[in-house]
Parts: sequence; structure tokens; C-alpha cells
Amino acid sequence: MKKIFVLVEHRQGEIRDITYELLTKGRDLASKLNGELTALLLGDNTSQFTEKLKSCAHHILTVEQAILQNFNAESYQLVLSEIIKKESPWLTLIGNTASGMDLAPALAQELGTPFTTDCVEIEIENDELIPTRQMYGGKLDAKYKMQKADSYILTIRQAAFPQESANLNADVVSFTSPLTQEPDYRKFVEYLEAAIGEVDITKADIVIGVGRGIKEQENLKILEELADSLGGVLACSRPIVDAGWLPKDRQIGSSGKTIKPKLYIAIGISGQFQHITGMKGADTIFAINKDPNAPIFNEADYGIVDDLFKIVPVIKNKIAEMKK
Amino acid sequence: MNIVVCIKRVPETAEAEIKVDSSGHDIIKERLTFDINESDNYALEEAVLLKEKLGGQVTLVSLGESECEEVLRMGLAKGADSAIRIDSSEFGELDSAKTSEILKSVISKLEFDLIFTGCMATDDGYSQVGPVLAEMLEVPHGVLVTKVDVADGKATIHRELEGGLIEVIELKLPAVCAVQTGINEPRYASLIAIRRAAAKEIKVLKKEELGIEEPTLRLNIDTLFPPPVGKRAEIFDGSPDETGAKAAAMFKEKGLV
Repeated sequence: MKKIFVLVEHRQGEIRDITYELLTKGRDLASKLNGELTALLLGDNTSQFTEKLKSCAHHILTVEQAILQNFNAESYQLVLSEIIKKESPWLTLIGNTASGMDLAPALAQELGTPFTTDCVEIEIENDELIPTRQMYGGKLDAKYKMQKADSYILTIRQAAFPQESANLNADVVSFTSPLTQEPDYRKFVEYLEAAIGEVDITKADIVIGVGRGIKEQENLKILEELADSLGGVLACSRPIVDAGWLPKDRQIGSSGKTIKPKLYIAIGISGQFQHITGMKGADTIFAINKDPNAPIFNEADYGIVDDLFKIVPVIKNKIAEMKK
Repeated sequence: MNIVVCIKRVPETAEAEIKVDSSGHDIIKERLTFDINESDNYALEEAVLLKEKLGGQVTLVSLGESECEEVLRMGLAKGADSAIRIDSSEFGELDSAKTSEILKSVISKLEFDLIFTGCMATDDGYSQVGPVLAEMLEVPHGVLVTKVDVADGKATIHRELEGGLIEVIELKLPAVCAVQTGINEPRYASLIAIRRAAAKEIKVLKKEELGIEEPTLRLNIDTLFPPPVGKRAEIFDGSPDETGAKAAAMFKEKGLV
């Protein structure tokens, strides 16, 4: 019987959404393979989480130890490589999150396991594992052939799969940690919360998001004017913050803010998934981009394929006329 | 403080239309421009900043064909001390483990306190070379690094988590950091520095000089295709004056103006 393992991701006492997404896909794969799904739970007080996970998997394997309270990729790797060697899962799913990206590549390397990252779909044909992942900033998809092996590891993109409920009743089995202390070569120190800025983009009804297409910092002015004419606030995708043109608290996306305004206007933003994650909850999404194949148009309700520098002034003028 | 920086030359795709070539495994590259991978450029800058503060040498390593010497040379102009190109032409298809194995064969012979890589290549998006290289070299690592402070044989680093939360960790040196964009403000090289770098030697290593067996591929791309179109946006057609008017009318209709 094939075993599917899912790593439970939690932080600061909360199970993270990716966990339920992985469990949903894990159940789907387990049922296709006539296999069983096990949730792997490492932590210092695992019973706070097991009740929430029981309905989602066939088994829960817990490793309880004080030094596992906060994620440490090296500690996790030491524990998980022991578990995988002993339990021989056919497939282990880990989130392609800040934690999973730190942990999974080195774990797969240690175990010599065929592995890839950031999968958005997983198919099984003739017992072969066929992952799909995106390349070139989401502009193309790639299906992969994996080397034949007894065990695979994949990391899965956040929000690639839904969070569905289930009616399983997992047994809880504990696994003894091979660790006696946190590794001396990597130590967790602390979490630092993001600084609070002067504008809260999560509270605005209309948000104008600006991306790489703006080219120069001085061009931000025309978007500020558009934001003013609509009574909205100016926000951005990651490259604008990296360039230092707008502060971090204006960044929309997985490492920034999640917004749910009435109207989101994406200007010069191609729409990489990290950005989409932060804005797909908007009531109406409108995008301006010169690339007709930009992924943003798969998420937007309305769009214009053109040069933003031609379009933005027109919209601003039309709004001014309407207000007269 | 000796720092090795792994860099990759990649096509700039964020603002370009990308099409699959006739092989079905790769993209048409003719009309694309190429440059150093974005996060690698931040990794390079971070290495040069640390060298300027603490002394030592910055060595660049890139696996690629002769064109990648452009980005190595630009790295030298920005302050790196030496550069090695590992010739990729005889290695065929690469995956992250194979790339890391090849890089390791060269880097393991260098002296280093830190290895910097970018946290993700903008072409394949694998995000693996940093942590896999660390595992092969048996040194600790951190990915998505947004701050590095070195003191007393340790690097205290910030890792960027979801929602802007920062994880602070300590790594014992030597260590690998996969650097996130935005960690610093990458410099532009001066014309004089570019001219000087043009005269510098880039060491080129061929496959037979590495002393390794060809690593096996653990996976390969079977098909490459445009993503399935989801709910495609309603596109406003016409001149800028017409499309802009349609957009404004849509805002009004929804009661947003």
C-alpha cells in the first residue's frame, strides 16, 4: 500500500492554510492509489493541533519536543529524514513556503530522492508521478518526468489546491525525536513582526497596484494622480519595494499584504503568483499590461492590452470629466 | 571574509512575450535580452558590501556557455575579485541537483566563509541550488535572506516569511545564504570599472577538468506549454482614448466613481 505523507506547517501556534491544501491533495492522491494519508506534525505541544487535523488524514505522526516549537530547517531535516527512511512513504508533500523552501531541497538531497519545487498540479499515470510547475514567472507550464524511485518529495505552491473538509478519524502515533538539542550550526533566534506604516492598504476600497512596467521612479507620479482621482491608495508588487520606490507596507503579495478592496487596478504587473495571492480577493480586478499573455489577465475581470503610459492619463481625464 | 557567489545568466521574461520552441522543451530565445538573475545580483552586491566592511575576497562562479562571461565580467566590474565559468556545453540537460553537483566540484576546492546564491532563478524558478549545495558541502544554510550580519564565526541572518514576518536565525560559518531581492541596493559599475574588468581573466573550467562523473538527472521537462486560460479578463479593445473611456465607464457603472 502506498503511503502519502504531508508535512503540517504551523507558526506561532496556528496551523497554516497550506497544510489543509496539502491534506486535500494528499487525500485525493491517496484515494487514487488506494493508499493512506499521514499528516506529519512536529512541534512542542502537538495536541493543540491534532484535534483539528484528525478528520483530514488517516494517520497523524507526531514528534513532540520543546526544541521543535519554532521551525528550524536543520532540526526538521534531521527528524524528517529519520521518519522517511523508516516509514518509506511513496510521496511526501511539503508547502512551497518560506519554511518548505528552506527545508525540502536539502532533505531531498540528503535522501537522494527525486524532487521538485512549487508544483501546481500532480497527476499519476501508470503509477508514475507527473508534477506540473510553472516557469518564466508563470508564463509557461511544464510537465515533468521523474526518475524512477521508491520515494518522492514535492513542494506545492500555496493556494494551488483548495481546502476541503473530510470525515476521516486519524489515529495519533508518536515518533521519538532523534534530536537531543537544537543543532549548534543553526539556531532559531526570534520572529520580528513587520513594521506598521502610515497607510494601511488593506483598509482601502480602491487600490492601484503598480509593478515593473512603470520603469522609472518618477513615473509613479501619474499613478499617484490616478489614485487621487479615484480616491484610492497606491500599492505595488515586489520589484517596486526592492527598488526602494515605495515602502514595504505598500507591497501586495505573499510576503506583503493581502487586500480585498472593491476595486483593484493592476498596472504594469505581469501577475506572478506571489502577487496574485495577495489580491485575488478583490471584488473587481482591472489590469493594464502590454503583454497579452501576462498571467494577470487570467485573474482580472477586465483588462486593457496597451502601453500604460498611454492609457493611465486617459482614464484619469475621463474620471475628472465624470466628476464635473 | 571569503565569499563565493553563484550567479546565473537568464533571459529577461517579466516584460516579454514567451513562446515555446519547436522542441517543446525550451523557449524561443532569439528576441530576448539576457542579464544576471535578479536575486543573484542582490547576492553579488551583499558579498561586495561584506567584503568592503570586513576584507577578503569575492569569487564568482557561474555554470554556463561563453555568453555567461558577460555577467561574470559585470560582477568583476561591481567589485568581485575573481570569476570562474564552468563550461556547461558538455553537460546536456540540467536539473537543480546536477547543477549543484557541478558547482560543488569547483566550490569545494575554494576557501570560503560564506556562499551566496540568489533565492530563485527567474527562468526555471526552482529555488534549490543554495540549500542543495549546502547539503552537499555539509554546511548550514538559510533561504530568502534579507539581512546578513557576521561576527564571531557566526552569521545572524533575517529570513523573509509570509506576510512580512522575519525569522532571525544564527548560522555557524561556513554557511550558505540564498539571498532574497531587496536586501540592498545593487550598485551600477562605473565605466572605468567596466573597462578594467574587461581586461581581467575569467577562469574557464571544462567538464574533464572537474574530476567528477556526470551527475544523473533526477527529472526532466516532458512538455512545456502555455498555462490553461482560467476566467480570462474581458479585454477592452480600441484606441487608448476608447479603451480608457471604457475603463472609466466600468468604474462608474460599478459605483466606484
